[in-house]
Amino acid sequence: MITVLYRKLPTRMKVFLTIIFVLFMILMLFLAQKKLDTYWIRILTLIGIYGIMAVSLTFINGITGIFSLGHSGFIAIGAYTSALLTMSIQQKQMSFFLKPLIWPLNSIQLDFLSATIIAGVMAAILAYLIGYPSLRLTGDYLAITTLGFSEIVRILILNMISVTNGPLGLKGLEEYTNIWWPWGWLLVTVLVIGSLVSSSYGRALKAIREDPIAAKAMGINVTKHQLTAFVVGAFFAGISGSLYAHWLTTIDPRPQTVGILLTFNILIMIVLGGLGSITGALFGAAIFAILSEWLRIVETPFKLFGIQIPAISGMRLLVLSTIFIIVMLTWRRGIMGRSELTWDSIYNFFLRLRRKQ
Amino acid sequence: MRMTLPIFLQNLANGILLGGLYALIAIGYSMVYGILRLINFAHGDVFMMGTYFAFYGVTLFLLPWWLAFVVAIIGAGILGFLIDRIAYKPLRNAPRISSLITAIGMSIFLESLAVVIFGGIPKSFAPPRIYPKFFSKMLQIGSVRVQILTFFILGITALLIIFLIWFVYKTKIGMAMRAISTDIATTALMGVNVDLVIGITFAIGSALAGAGGILWAMKYPNVNPYMGFMPGLKAFIAAVIGGIGSIQGAMLGGFLLGMIEIMLVAFLPRFAGYRDIFAFIILIIILMYKPSGILGAKLEEKV
Repeated sequence: MITVLYRKLPTRMKVFLTIIFVLFMILMLFLAQKKLDTYWIRILTLIGIYGIMAVSLTFINGITGIFSLGHSGFIAIGAYTSALLTMSIQQKQMSFFLKPLIWPLNSIQLDFLSATIIAGVMAAILAYLIGYPSLRLTGDYLAITTLGFSEIVRILILNMISVTNGPLGLKGLEEYTNIWWPWGWLLVTVLVIGSLVSSSYGRALKAIREDPIAAKAMGINVTKHQLTAFVVGAFFAGISGSLYAHWLTTIDPRPQTVGILLTFNILIMIVLGGLGSITGALFGAAIFAILSEWLRIVETPFKLFGIQIPAISGMRLLVLSTIFIIVMLTWRRGIMGRSELTWDSIYNFFLRLRRKQ
Repeated sequence: MRMTLPIFLQNLANGILLGGLYALIAIGYSMVYGILRLINFAHGDVFMMGTYFAFYGVTLFLLPWWLAFVVAIIGAGILGFLIDRIAYKPLRNAPRISSLITAIGMSIFLESLAVVIFGGIPKSFAPPRIYPKFFSKMLQIGSVRVQILTFFILGITALLIIFLIWFVYKTKIGMAMRAISTDIATTALMGVNVDLVIGITFAIGSALAGAGGILWAMKYPNVNPYMGFMPGLKAFIAAVIGGIGSIQGAMLGGFLLGMIEIMLVAFLPRFAGYRDIFAFIILIIILMYKPSGILGAKLEEKV
């Protein structure tokens, strides 16, 4: 009989290691900002933003098992809320030439941090309003309903010209999102969601994912837990929306920007990383950000085996969706599956290595 | 604008027309869902592909329009069959959510494939280039003016639906389909080639979507790679309203949704921009209060 030993590190040790790791990351980011060119800094920033989006979606989809396709709706709300709050009053007057902006918004300007927090709160309120009725549904019905909600948000943005500037979108946002904002918020996201997942609350969520009826029988208030998870996920989606808007410096209601294609991109990240793993979502976000930047090559003229291939627009999404389908068919586990990369798992990995020798 | 009788009748005609188109697409959704419990997200994109096949059949291969349409419908059917074989069949025994995720991937794949092959610029599906000018002639019936196209679309829709009902209720394959939707494992034990029957279901549903796409493009002559998204979602909603899994339900839901949409825009023109929202609100209300739809069988959650 083989006994598998799984040793746990003392909690103090883990906290210490985490602090060291965070300090190390700060140092690395600092060095990156000093040494790397703007192109790579932009990608690093994007990884931070995608990380928040992916972790919050995997919290809803993978860990709680609410298959939501409405993430882009929350991101859109966050993006528009914070953009409207940070734009200067002159800029607003210039942009809203179709119809003037309605009253309270046209005369306020806030700093980036408070605008971002308000963006998250707005997304959370929306999630509560959406989740309350629709979380009674399950599986594919819930998926299509949340997709419907995100589409409703997009159509409202398109039509409420006196608030959102309609199809023209908001342009000329200040580029507040430097490398620090997304990575700082990412740290907050991972800490909050990570500690939620490892608490008794997270175990209840996983029980709901595995079998809602059995969870109910064990005395878990299924709807309340799901609703809380949904709202927390949406809050961070709103935060990421704010960062995203101030990274793009423009936001508009096209499906590519805040529609189904954005949700699809985040879905690629979390499926690639393993549906139900926070660290997996982070890996997925990093791979996706680099891959999708790198794939810009296929949309410019390039040479393949000595044959000149002309620029084909749309090729990037074709390659990405092909990868996505192949991952789903052959490697559904993704990088991490449902397990997490923790200090304990790293420690045990090295222990096993030593035992083998 | 005051609602007079002729205007009302005019809108009624439009509503029936849109409803018929929704019904055609909804049937495909409903058939697949009835058998596999899978929302085939790619259905709306098969609809788009079918339209492109017809467009290029006429403009590139210079086929006569009716032949091009038939070829395109068959092409859409084959495409549906292939989608099932490549993307859904390997996942039959996987958790249901995996097929749903793959279906979303398939939908985006087909859209981007269309952008790459056919280009992102919308194409015009208008007479006389694609089909004879005869169809766009106006017919005066009393005080209502109706395009001949309307009758053509309704006629074809009715024919296809009659054919389908005959197929599902009077043929052996149809019987196998109904058996699979009740219990897939037992049907397989009875010696039915389940995979083939599922493939045929996909082919027929997709052919109907292709036909729906062509008729849609005749009415709204703008062919682009994303044209299938909204009609696809709406048709799904129609299928849910009528009771997903039932062909008659899909028809009823399609006509109801088409009628409601046209009438709401007609009576409340101020909210025309919000038209697409109505459908989702109806979906949510139906799902909350009668998730089995109007004609659907009640589904109990098994413990």
